[in-house]
Amino acid sequence: MLQLLLFNVTNGLIIGAFYVLMALGLSLILNLSNVINFAHGGFLVIGGYIAYTITPYVGFWGALLIAPPLTAIIGLAVERTLIRPLYGRDPLYSLLLTFGLAFIIEDGTRFIWGAQGKPVTVPAILAQPLSNEFFFITGYRLFMVATVAVTVTLLFVLLRYTRLGIRIRAGTLDLETVSALGVNVGLLRSLNFAAGIYLAGLSGVLAAGQLGLEPTMGAGLLMPSFIAIIVGGIGSLTGTLLGGLLIGVASGVTAVFLPAASEAVMYVLMAVVLLIRPRGLLGEEGMMT
Amino acid sequence: MNDRFNARKLIVLAGIWVLLLLVPYWMPPLGGYTALGTRVLVLGLAAMSVNFLLGFTGVLSFGHAAYFGLGAYGAGLSLKFLAPSSSLALLLGMLLGGLAGALLGTLIVRRRGVYFAMVTIAFGQVFYYIAFQWSSLTGGDDGLRGFSRQPLDFGLFSIDILSNTDNFYYFVLFCFAIMAAVMGFILRSPFGRTMLAIRENERRARFLGIPVERHIWIAFTLSCFFMGFAGALYALLNNFADPKGLHFTQSGDFVMMAVMGGMRSFWGPLLGAAVFVVLQDYLSSVTVNWMSFVGILFVAVVLFFPRGLLGVIRQKSEA
Repeated sequence: MLQLLLFNVTNGLIIGAFYVLMALGLSLILNLSNVINFAHGGFLVIGGYIAYTITPYVGFWGALLIAPPLTAIIGLAVERTLIRPLYGRDPLYSLLLTFGLAFIIEDGTRFIWGAQGKPVTVPAILAQPLSNEFFFITGYRLFMVATVAVTVTLLFVLLRYTRLGIRIRAGTLDLETVSALGVNVGLLRSLNFAAGIYLAGLSGVLAAGQLGLEPTMGAGLLMPSFIAIIVGGIGSLTGTLLGGLLIGVASGVTAVFLPAASEAVMYVLMAVVLLIRPRGLLGEEGMMT
Repeated sequence: MNDRFNARKLIVLAGIWVLLLLVPYWMPPLGGYTALGTRVLVLGLAAMSVNFLLGFTGVLSFGHAAYFGLGAYGAGLSLKFLAPSSSLALLLGMLLGGLAGALLGTLIVRRRGVYFAMVTIAFGQVFYYIAFQWSSLTGGDDGLRGFSRQPLDFGLFSIDILSNTDNFYYFVLFCFAIMAAVMGFILRSPFGRTMLAIRENERRARFLGIPVERHIWIAFTLSCFFMGFAGALYALLNNFADPKGLHFTQSGDFVMMAVMGGMRSFWGPLLGAAVFVVLQDYLSSVTVNWMSFVGILFVAVVLFFPRGLLGVIRQKSEA
């Protein structure tokens, strides 16, 4: 029993770490540009398929390095051409646009790579379990968590100490003032968007190694990220981090006792959090209106 | 000037109803079929219910398919397990959708803009998972089957709406007319005017002493009741309730219909639904990549026709 519980808590943490990576990207874009990126799951899929395509040439490690920036470049192009005209308008429009984009990406990947699932082979060194007792902790899972930890740390350092990061944080609070102080807001939004999509691409590569690839996988992974953001508190990246881990562990633990409800528990958690703290766990005053 | 304007409005209104009444006569010769007209009516009613919130209260609900789907499952379960009565099914479907909306609305109404949208999406998915997982009751992924709409029994006589598609069309049109009338009545009432005031300037409405949250909650709940009713009609139309009807992609379709037709007008969403349904019906019969085309349609409407078809027409006629 204890081992089962431990297994599921670890599992939950790993899944949670993955949600965190997705949700942070969404959150970055949402906070600065007020855009709910429905196509985020689509970009994850793109990242994964790019990795699948280039793995035979550059290997898994190469794909891990190259696929996310390539995805970010695609994201940048999308932002420049399609999303930029919508910034001044009702958020409804960017929502609908990214919604349509998600359709196009899903159908496009199916067209290019086929509806059949594709496996991505990970290096042998990552594939084996650590020990017999902890058979469920494969090297790959540890590697996933480590990658997420490093990436998240880098992101937070970037946001706290670099000029770009400080501007992004300032823009989240008051974009108008930042613009009045002479910052090129258009560029800031583009870079921020690209950073968010980079995280989606990275999630895609990591997911590909664990789950394999399917054109429809993006939509399924999108909703937990939404919940992570809402639970953690909109406007707070630390909250998103906390929210992702929390729902991961919650669904992991529930899987021990009531497997059918492991997905539903996230929604219950969200409802409870919203009842007790309408702003989410770490949501800031004024961010909700 | 004002008289002329009103006269034109009346003519347009009469035109819409004549067109709707004669669907079984002009649709088949044009290559359609009456059931397609019924679909347009039902989905149009759903899009109008979404627009009740979106266009007239100005809050962005992106999870309304949940209440649509609940209406469908409510109607289906009632026909399957309770009593073979179409009207009871409609009533229970509407109640299920509306009450769920009333309950969740209390958690949702304090949020605005994109955050309102996010929370509505996430809560909407709850019902999708319930329908998906609880397969002993709902049939899970396969959907709820094993029921069919029943003849309308008026004691002295009964109307067969099951096998006669024209009869069913007129039954749906009758229901649609009642709902549209109720919706129009609410929008003309002082309450409806207050909704517009909230849409135009929420802060000002608040300063005037309007309890904004309560009004939004009432509007949200009402629109969920309408939505539940539309969903129940949809279940009667298909004799089937599908978990996909609860999914957030379905919500997106409804919002798209409203935007494509014209959010600011009462009839816009019906027009949007007509275009959307006919286009989807056509595309899915000629290409497997219809999803891309629907996606491109979304992108194109947002970029080039954000005011919708009626918005464009109105702009032209004013210029």
